[in-house]
Amino acid sequence: MPEYSYVGKEVPRLDAVEKVTGAALYTADLKFQGLLYARLLKSPYAHAKIVRIDTSKAERLPGVHAVLTGEEIPYRFGIYMSDKYMLAYKKTRYVGEPVVAVAAESEELAEEAAELIEVEYEELPAVFDPREALKEGAPLVHEGLDEYLHAPFIFPKAGTNIANHFKLRKGDVEKGFKEADVIVENEFTQPMVQNVQMEPHVSIGQWHPNGRIDVWTSAQSPFAVRYLLSVGLGVPLHRITVRVPFLGGGFGGKAGLHWEPLVVLLSRKAGGRPVKLLMTREEEFNTAAVRQGMYARIKTGVKRDGRITAEEILYIWDSGAYADYAVNIARAAGYSCTGPYDVPNVKCDSLTVYTNHPYGTAYRGFGHVEFHWATERQMDLVAREIGMDPLEFRLKNAALPGKVTPTGEVLADDCGRVDQCLKAVAEELGWGKPREKRTENGKLQGIGIAALWKAPAMPSYTSSSAIVKLNEDGTVLLSLGLTEMGQGTETAFAQMVAQELKIPLEKVNVVRERNTDTAPYSWQTVASRGTFMDGNAVLRAVDDLKRKIKETASDLLGYPPESIAIADGYAFVAREPDKRVSLAQIATCGVLPDGRGVRGPLLGYGYYTAEGLTFLDPETGQGRPALMWTFGAQGAEVEVDPETGDLRILKVATALDLGKALNPLLVKGQIYGGVVQGLGTTVMEEFIFDEKGRLLNNNLTDYKIFRTQDIPDKFVPILIENPQRNAPYGARGIGEHPTIGIAAAVANAIYDATGVDFFDLPITRERLWKGLKGVKK
Amino acid sequence: MSKHRISLKVNGRLHELEVEANKTLLRLLREDLGLTGTKCACERGDCGLCTVWLDGKPVKSCLVLAVEADGHEITTIEGLARDGKLTPVQQKFVEHGAVQCGFCTPGMIMVAEAFLRENPNPTEEEVKEALGGVLCRCTGYRQIIDAVLDAAKEMRKAST
Ligand code: FES
Ligand code: FES
Repeated sequence: MPEYSYVGKEVPRLDAVEKVTGAALYTADLKFQGLLYARLLKSPYAHAKIVRIDTSKAERLPGVHAVLTGEEIPYRFGIYMSDKYMLAYKKTRYVGEPVVAVAAESEELAEEAAELIEVEYEELPAVFDPREALKEGAPLVHEGLDEYLHAPFIFPKAGTNIANHFKLRKGDVEKGFKEADVIVENEFTQPMVQNVQMEPHVSIGQWHPNGRIDVWTSAQSPFAVRYLLSVGLGVPLHRITVRVPFLGGGFGGKAGLHWEPLVVLLSRKAGGRPVKLLMTREEEFNTAAVRQGMYARIKTGVKRDGRITAEEILYIWDSGAYADYAVNIARAAGYSCTGPYDVPNVKCDSLTVYTNHPYGTAYRGFGHVEFHWATERQMDLVAREIGMDPLEFRLKNAALPGKVTPTGEVLADDCGRVDQCLKAVAEELGWGKPREKRTENGKLQGIGIAALWKAPAMPSYTSSSAIVKLNEDGTVLLSLGLTEMGQGTETAFAQMVAQELKIPLEKVNVVRERNTDTAPYSWQTVASRGTFMDGNAVLRAVDDLKRKIKETASDLLGYPPESIAIADGYAFVAREPDKRVSLAQIATCGVLPDGRGVRGPLLGYGYYTAEGLTFLDPETGQGRPALMWTFGAQGAEVEVDPETGDLRILKVATALDLGKALNPLLVKGQIYGGVVQGLGTTVMEEFIFDEKGRLLNNNLTDYKIFRTQDIPDKFVPILIENPQRNAPYGARGIGEHPTIGIAAAVANAIYDATGVDFFDLPITRERLWKGLKGVKK
Repeated sequence: MSKHRISLKVNGRLHELEVEANKTLLRLLREDLGLTGTKCACERGDCGLCTVWLDGKPVKSCLVLAVEADGHEITTIEGLARDGKLTPVQQKFVEHGAVQCGFCTPGMIMVAEAFLRENPNPTEEEVKEALGGVLCRCTGYRQIIDAVLDAAKEMRKAST
């Protein structure tokens, strides 16, 4: 009998053929009867009162079916903080914010109509630096903050620009600093960047005359879209159907809700015709969500022997005009604030602050890329101050099993091992071995390391479910609520199902489209939670199906269900394998020798709900936020040209303790892709604004992302497998982690090569050159 | 907008169409001919995702007007696999995990196929250079480059 061992194998993704042939349909590829096209008129001001809007000329244009202004749709939306209007309401809060939306028979017509709209603005003082926004008397971005609905674990301060103040207090920092021999304090910053998914945001909405709403959208989380639409619009949830076809990348930027309400509202005004909004690339930068900027200040107390005694941390997040998602990013960064270290005394304040920049959202890493930039630079700077090797310093303070996290969680013995990751990366870099720093042609080479950790950032009570259906031909159909945006979870789950049922992988299919009417529920496809949570749900669904198969087989074979085994497309008596029925035979029902049917069509259902998580104490942040931690370490080897500031990334090593690599081919893909995104953040990506808050680099000519020629000469993925007992096959999530440690690892390597320290990202060629030449910024 | 009659061959099939003077080849393919395999991510020549072949040469179809394609032969991603048989490049993309979300994949493959025809025995540097005009946000390019190098090997084997 064949082995059917698929878990851990390098199986190509299930949807690859559809994708390489161009057959895969994404949201923008769908065709609709009577489709209308939406265009937006956007705010030229970062902060301005809307005095008057005249849409009459646009409305008279033949072929225009709906013109909407903020006054007509004063609904607020949001997952953690309901602060987001679809169209600027009474005032605009960032340059590029939609003010009026038009739906017309063609894109060109809609564009023409938008140009005919007159808006009179009264400019208001704006605020762009979140530290300025915290000051007394700073312009208020949201006057009505106290009226906004928000999740119970978010703490806004009405009358200020603080959308969330996360506080963490562990131990006694005063005492900790007194015990310290040395105190090191530094500041770090990171600008706004964008997810730059290749597929721009696109949504089609139809509000039928009978009150039903249909949405097709490039969303990561169809169930979240349905729920948030329902709450925001006040429409019963059961009247809404959300469908997600193939998704062209998400990286967090398509989590929660985006422009779905707007197309739905346009459709209502247009009498129920479907309306499509496809963001242009320029709008992706100017109008859609971005990754918030960050300012960090870290004060570390340390003993001469390398033990950290205390840390005081301030993270200030520039969430821009809306903070729906940014509020939870401040929280996630806050409860993980130290990085993967055992720090006895911690004080952390993590503040989400409104400004008049574009609005922030999730982007792969969810605050962790940003704050690890600070903490992992700080680790090197502190080690240097006490004259200790940075690797040794990290190992000495590593958050190992049994140690206590900033929120008071004692790390379990199966939580994963950051020390093993650090050592593996160090070995790969030749750490501690004598090296020539200057190459023959005068370039400077160096190595740097960073450790990392991240747990899924989500409410304490999220859940996932899965359905496996046995088809009449003995194949199995797996139905998920989790979406597939490229990460490959579908394939990994199909491998698990095939292995569990001992059938060929080709006999497992996954439902492609996600449809909230028919798919099992999953909270969101975010936070690297899918493998663990939906994976557990899949395993339970398979168990359920197996139980039912055995029941039918038992009826037919006359043996108790416990004595039945399943393999190779058959259910059989384990000790007498020739007593068997095929799965195909019993898929719809069993048939007894006399012709009577027994049992019925077979369907397995399973769910998984996050276990043991709690709200965190509002004053101390103590509690249990983490379903699992994935630990890792990254190392970089770089070469700097001291004359030109050119930086070459020779090698990036990434070790992740992922518990179990369900599919190493796909895991490596996640690592390569994550590393390269992280490198983009490190050396080239940055929003550049003028003094009026206008984004100057709102296209892919001026905002560069990595191309083939930019990638490291060598990637070294190191998969460490200390299984987690409550995870499917022991596997933890790793989707975000390869982006997290890169920036600090590279900057630490640059210091090793050149002796120049960087505190601000990105380290562009120009900044590197200035640093080398000792030019102040 | 003035209309023009054009005739062009797409994936071997002749089409006679009326098009507006400002319509791009990309929009013609996607909107009028329903060939949505060709993707659009910028419409200004930055991303390369819209790459198709014009008389066998890769072009960014968002930068070509439909009227300019009059009398020419166009090949899109849909025109590569014959009778369900993938080309070596497509096959290697599948095997190497060079596909994640897949949004860049058609553009990547159109560029890679054309490049390997010109340069059947490329170095890694040459592959990187050739693919430099197509953006991918998911893969970090590593497995794409490996797939192209492996496809080149496969094709050389097949032709000897
Ligand atoms: S869509 Fe043509 S180059 Fe981007
Ligand atoms: S695979 Fe997603 S953009 Fe390349």
